[in-house]
Amino acid sequence: MLRLYTKYLDMNLRAQLEHRQSFVMMLLSQALLAFSSFLVLQILMQRFGSVGGFGLDEVMLSFAVTWMSFSLAETFVRGFDRFSVLIANGGFDRVLLRPRSAILQVLGSTVDFSRLGRLLQALIILILVAVRGPIQWDFLRLLTLGNMLVGGFCVFSGLFILQAGVTFFTTEGLEIFNIFTDGGREFGSYPMLIYGQLMLRFFTFVVPIALFQTYPLAYLFGRSQNLGLVFLPLLAGLFLLPAYLLWRLGRRRYESTGS
Amino acid sequence: MITVNGLSKSFRVRRRQAGFGQAVRAFFSPKYEIIQALKDLNFGINDGEMVGYIGPNGAGKSTTIKILSGILYPDEGKVRINGLVPWKDRMQHVARIGVVFGQRSQLWWDLPVADSFELLRDIYRVDAQRFKHNLDELVQALDLSLILQQPTRTLSLGQRMRCEIAASLLHDPAILFLDEPTIGLDARNKIAVREFIRGQNRRHGTTVILTTHDMQDIEALTQRILLIGNGRLLLDGQIDELKRRVSPLRRITIEHSGPLAELPAGVSIEDQRPGQTKLQVDTSRVSVSEAISQLAKKLEIEDLTVAGPTAEELVLSLYKEYTL
Amino acid sequence: MRAIAAIFRADFNQHIQYRASALAGLTTQFFWGFMYILLYMAFLRSNPSAFPMTQRELMSYVWLNQGLLIMVVIWFVDLRILDDIVKGNVAYELCRPMDLYHYWFIKSVSRRLARAWLRMVPLFAVAALLPQPYRLMPPISLLHGLAFLVSMLLGFFILNALTMFLYAGTFYTLNPTGIRTLMAAFMDLLSGSLIPLPFFPDAIRRVLELLPFGSVQNAPFLIYSGHIPTERILPTILLQLFWCLVLYAWGRLLFARMIRRVSFQGG
Repeated sequence: MLRLYTKYLDMNLRAQLEHRQSFVMMLLSQALLAFSSFLVLQILMQRFGSVGGFGLDEVMLSFAVTWMSFSLAETFVRGFDRFSVLIANGGFDRVLLRPRSAILQVLGSTVDFSRLGRLLQALIILILVAVRGPIQWDFLRLLTLGNMLVGGFCVFSGLFILQAGVTFFTTEGLEIFNIFTDGGREFGSYPMLIYGQLMLRFFTFVVPIALFQTYPLAYLFGRSQNLGLVFLPLLAGLFLLPAYLLWRLGRRRYESTGS
Repeated sequence: MITVNGLSKSFRVRRRQAGFGQAVRAFFSPKYEIIQALKDLNFGINDGEMVGYIGPNGAGKSTTIKILSGILYPDEGKVRINGLVPWKDRMQHVARIGVVFGQRSQLWWDLPVADSFELLRDIYRVDAQRFKHNLDELVQALDLSLILQQPTRTLSLGQRMRCEIAASLLHDPAILFLDEPTIGLDARNKIAVREFIRGQNRRHGTTVILTTHDMQDIEALTQRILLIGNGRLLLDGQIDELKRRVSPLRRITIEHSGPLAELPAGVSIEDQRPGQTKLQVDTSRVSVSEAISQLAKKLEIEDLTVAGPTAEELVLSLYKEYTL
Repeated sequence: MRAIAAIFRADFNQHIQYRASALAGLTTQFFWGFMYILLYMAFLRSNPSAFPMTQRELMSYVWLNQGLLIMVVIWFVDLRILDDIVKGNVAYELCRPMDLYHYWFIKSVSRRLARAWLRMVPLFAVAALLPQPYRLMPPISLLHGLAFLVSMLLGFFILNALTMFLYAGTFYTLNPTGIRTLMAAFMDLLSGSLIPLPFFPDAIRRVLELLPFGSVQNAPFLIYSGHIPTERILPTILLQLFWCLVLYAWGRLLFARMIRRVSFQGG
C-alpha cells in the first residue's frame, strides 16, 4: 500500500514539474497569499497591541500552526477537495474498477505540491516565534507543537473528506464547506477564544479547531501546567470518524444509483 | 462464464423544469420520476465468446455494463461471473476484468504512457516478469514502441486508443469490456484495433463484450449479439441467423455483357451501371439459386457475388421491428 | 441593450435552478461577514481608542463588502476569455466588428452584474434586519447615499479596467491562474477587501487611498457610512474619475500593442 502511495506521489510531482513555470507561479502566489494574511495580522496587532488577552507571539503561533496544518492537508488530501471533478468526469467509476482501496486512489489522484508555498510561509512565522523567546522549549512543548500540527491536519483533512462524502449526494451547495476550510484557516489564525463563548464551543465540539490552537497554546506559553493539554490536540483526530462514515455512506449510495 | 438471471434496475431521477416560474416551484417541491433502466434480463456468456451488446441510447447498455463490472448493484436478480458476484466480490472481480471506455482515458495526461503502465502494474499487483511479458506482447501487437515514452497529451486519438487498450490488458483479464472503442478513429486505426482484439481473443481466450454503435465493429468482431431496448433483452442470437430471420433479401452483384431485359419475379434492380448490376432477391418469393438460373438464361453472366444484408441494415430493421 | 437583458435573464434562470448552490453561497457569505465582525469586535474590546471607525461604520463596511463582493473583487473573471487567450484564439476574437477592449470590457461588466444581483438583494435584506449593533444601517444622509451610488459605479468601472490589465498580463505570460491569483492577492490587501484601509498605519493608508485599488471599494463604502465627511466627497469622487480615465487610456494602449503583436505573430 505504501509502495503504491509513493508511486502516486512520484507521478504527481513529475506531472506538476512538467509545467514548471505554472508550478513556480502557483507556489509563489500561495506564499504571497499567506503573507498577505500575515500582514493583516501584523497590522491589526500593531494597532491594538493585543486581542482577547492574547499577545503578538501567541497570535503568531496560532497563525503558523493553523496555516501549516491547512497547507499540509491541502497538499496531500487535495484529491478529496477536488472530488466533485472526479465524480463529474467519471473518474470515480474508474476508481471502483480497480482492485485497490478507493480512498488510497483518491488520495493519490491529486497531490498538489504547489500548496506547500503556504507551508513555507507559515514555517517562517513559526521559526520567528520560536526564536523570539517567549516559549520555554522543552521536550513536552515540542511534543505539544507536533500534536497541534497533527490535530490540525486531521481536522482540515476531515473537512475535505466530509465535503467529498457530501458530493455523493449533491454537487450543489458544496461551497458551504468553504466556511470551515478557508474560513477555518483565516479565522483560525487567531485563537478561537476571541470570537466569544458560542464560537469557542462550536469550534471545540463541532469542528474542533480550538483543540489544536487555543487550548494547547496556554501550555506552550506557560500559562497553564496541565499536561492534558499536550495531548488534547490529538483528540481532534476523532473528527475523522464522522467524515469517514459519511464517505462510506455516500459511496454506498453511488454504487446503488450510479453517477 | 457469465450468467445473468432476472436482472432489474431502476433509478429515481429529479425532474428539472425549464422556465422561470417552474424553476421557482421546483425549488420548493421537487418532483421525481422513476426510470426502469433494466427489466428482467436473462442471458449467459461462455468463456472466449465475443458478444456485441447493442441498442439505442438510453436502452440500458451502460447500466448493464456497470452492473457486470461490479460498480453498480441491481435491484433484483442474480449475476455470477466466474463464480463471483461482481458487486459483492468487487475487489476480486475487478482484478480479473479489463474495461475500455472510448470517451474517457485512464492514462495520466502529462506523463509518458510507460509511466501510466507502471502505475497500473502496481495497482493490479502484477509481478515483474509477467508484466514485462505482457507489455512486450502488447507493444508489439499494437505497435506502441515509438509512442511509449511520449506524454499522453501529445498522442493522436488513434495512438491513445491503442494505449488504452493495452492498459486494460496488462493484468491478463479474463473478460474485456469495450465501450465504443473505435469512436472517432480513422479507418486504419479502426482496423488495427479490430484485428488486435480478434487476435487477443484467439491467443488468450479473452471473453469480449462490446458495446458500440459502429456496426462494422459488430460485424468484424462478434458472432453473437444481444439487443437491448427499453431495458429489456429483445434478442439474443447469432448474427447470421438474425440476418436471415430479419430480412429475406439477398443482394446479387452480377457482371454481364449485354442489357438486362426482363427480371424474374422477386428480383428487382438496386443499382445499375454499364456492365454491372446490383439486384435484390426476395428469397420469400424465389430462392437465390432459382433467380440466378433464370437470369443466366437471358444473360451472359461473367461474374457473380451474393451477399446478405449488412449489420447496419440488420440493426435498423431490428430497431424498426421493435419500435425502438 | 437587448442582448444584455437577454444575458441577464438567462443567467438569472440558471442561478435559480441551482437552489442549494444559491442558498449555500448566501450562507457562506453571511458566515464570513459574521466572523469578520466578531474578529473586529474582539479587537475593539481590547483597545477601544485605537479603533479607527465607529461600530456603525464597521458594520456597514462588512456587509457592503459581502453583498457587493462580486463587484469589488477581481477574482471573478470570465474564465473563457482567459482560456481563449491561452489557447491562442485571440486572433479569432479580432474578427468581430467590435473593438476587443470594449468587447471584453462589456462582457466583464455584464458577467459580474448578473451574478452580483442575485447575491446582493437577499444579503442586504437580511443584513438590514439583524439586531443591533450588527445591523446594516442606511447611508448616513441622502447626499452620502447618492454619492455612494456614483462612487460605486466609478469603482466598478475601475475594477473592470483593472481586469483588462489582467487579460493583458495573461496574454504576455500565458499563465492564467498565476496572474489571477497574484492580482487577487495584491488587490485584496491593497483595496481594503482583507481589512478596511482605515486600519492601516496612517502613512500607508494615505498612499493606498491614492492608488487605484483604494478607489474600488474603500471610497464608496466609506462614503456610504459617512466615514468620509461631506467636504471630502467631491475630492474622493474626482480621484476615482481620474483613475477611470487613466486606467482606461492605459489599458487601451496596452491592448493596441497586444493586437499589433497578434497580427504579426498570430494568437
